[in-house]
Amino acid sequence: MLNKTKLSAIILFLGPSLLIIALFFFMPVIAAFAMSFTDFDIYALGNLDYLRFVAFKNYSTLLSDPLFWTAIKNTFYFVMVGGPLSVAASLAAAVLLNSKFIRFKGVFRLIYFLPVVTTHVAVSIVWRYIYHPRFGLLNYLLGFIGIGPVDWLGDPNWSMPAIILLVVWKNFGYNMVIFIAGLQNIPEELYEAASIEGASAWQQFKHITIPQLAPTTLFISVITMIGYFQLFAEPYVMTQGGPLNSTLSIVLYMYQEGFRWWNIGYSTALAFMLTVIILIGTSIQFKLQKERNG
Amino acid sequence: MAKVKKYLVLALVIFVAVITFIPFLWMVSASFMPTGASNTYPPKLFPEKFDFSHYQILFSRLNLSRYLLNSIIISLGATFFSLFLNSMGGYAFAKFRFAKKESLFKFLLSSMIIPGQVTMLPVFLLLKNMGLINTYWAIIVPGMASIFGIFLIRQYAFSIPDSMIEAAKMDGATELQIYLKVILPLCKPILVTLGLFTFMGTWNDFLWPLIVMTDSNMYTLPVALANLSSEHVQDTEMLMAGSVITIVPVLIVFLALQKYYIKGIMMGSVKE
Repeated sequence: MLNKTKLSAIILFLGPSLLIIALFFFMPVIAAFAMSFTDFDIYALGNLDYLRFVAFKNYSTLLSDPLFWTAIKNTFYFVMVGGPLSVAASLAAAVLLNSKFIRFKGVFRLIYFLPVVTTHVAVSIVWRYIYHPRFGLLNYLLGFIGIGPVDWLGDPNWSMPAIILLVVWKNFGYNMVIFIAGLQNIPEELYEAASIEGASAWQQFKHITIPQLAPTTLFISVITMIGYFQLFAEPYVMTQGGPLNSTLSIVLYMYQEGFRWWNIGYSTALAFMLTVIILIGTSIQFKLQKERNG
Repeated sequence: MAKVKKYLVLALVIFVAVITFIPFLWMVSASFMPTGASNTYPPKLFPEKFDFSHYQILFSRLNLSRYLLNSIIISLGATFFSLFLNSMGGYAFAKFRFAKKESLFKFLLSSMIIPGQVTMLPVFLLLKNMGLINTYWAIIVPGMASIFGIFLIRQYAFSIPDSMIEAAKMDGATELQIYLKVILPLCKPILVTLGLFTFMGTWNDFLWPLIVMTDSNMYTLPVALANLSSEHVQDTEMLMAGSVITIVPVLIVFLALQKYYIKGIMMGSVKE
């Protein structure tokens, strides 16, 4: 056991990082919370005398702001559909790559992983052209199976599915890596015993793989959900929130209110709404998991 | 039966690989097509003749070398500082002994659930008051330390035996000497991992540079590219060339060090 550390050493080692974290994370969180109860706007930005305390006015305005509800609806659509699809795609890819039939696993894993490390903005631009209604690759390929040209980013019914497809493509490799490690931790004997008793591959997947992976799946679902609630770059680059606000996300709306119109008080109130939503979402997932484990 | 299954699985694996790879293939080949050639029906997967003019224009007329330089300086700067601060903090949380250490660390971890976007406006105003908007520091300074970085180093530093630190103390080494001569060399693998995460995260980041870099000379590559894409919507081939330039550096770094990146994902996903 090491001796108690001297105070000077604690300050020297922890001081710099904790100072940065305090200055650029904890204090701003508190400041943002305070700002959300003010009418901080472009005038107050010039002269703080214009700053007034407005209590819950920003929050009540938000609740009656149709754009806020549009952003909430779009973001939930993205999280509820895109999240499970992403996790399912990751799991499917992991099971596929874990198959004993596959050789050169490293090469395939690398290819599957490439979209993860590439820049959001760049791939969003590339996909904007893949989604081009006339010249895009996707419509061309869909044409072979008789699906007519879809105006992916121009039709408000298809814009969000288009963004979800891009994001699933971009992210599935990340969680796949975690799932592969989870799969490799499942004892081989479980499958051997099941085979002897005549369980089919699907039954084995359902009764061994899924339950054994449950902790991994919970972790992945929570991380994915938190990340997906923060959707921003893809709609910013591909659709600017359109058409007809069909891809306006909470963070995109927050950015527009805060940094385009400088409605700082309003924008920070939005940020806290997002935080509350994420907190609720996370606790629901943990609760569901607990109930399932009975 | 087993044989059918084998080929089915193989076909699926290859199919997914093709789907994953096609957007990259199209990006690279469209970047070499003459202007307008990528907007044809049916779409072409390969250029008929190679045209390098988009790359030339990007670097000569559109100032891309400046953005590339900005991205390199900022990403390297953020990586350098974050490695020092996080490794000192992570080591202290793993090996120092002081009151309330565990509860302080738990508090830090649990605060990670607060989305970073909450802090954007106050941090922007703070940096503005410090006169750092439109400087490299506006991106580097807030990223110098992170809870995740401290967590990563701490997990790794646990594996360093106390006896090594003890022995160094016996030899009269100060805390700083122990850190520099014993801890840092032993932590090399995790430092590579954290450095890689920081470098790639900073390189790919979009929202924060978009906010703090309002002077076009200070744009990072993603911001410049997004800007270019709204001004030159029709120049598909040029935008693809810009995308290639944005993606290739980070891809090279990843390919060279991918082993460390995958390890980092695994460490980040272990629960306490």
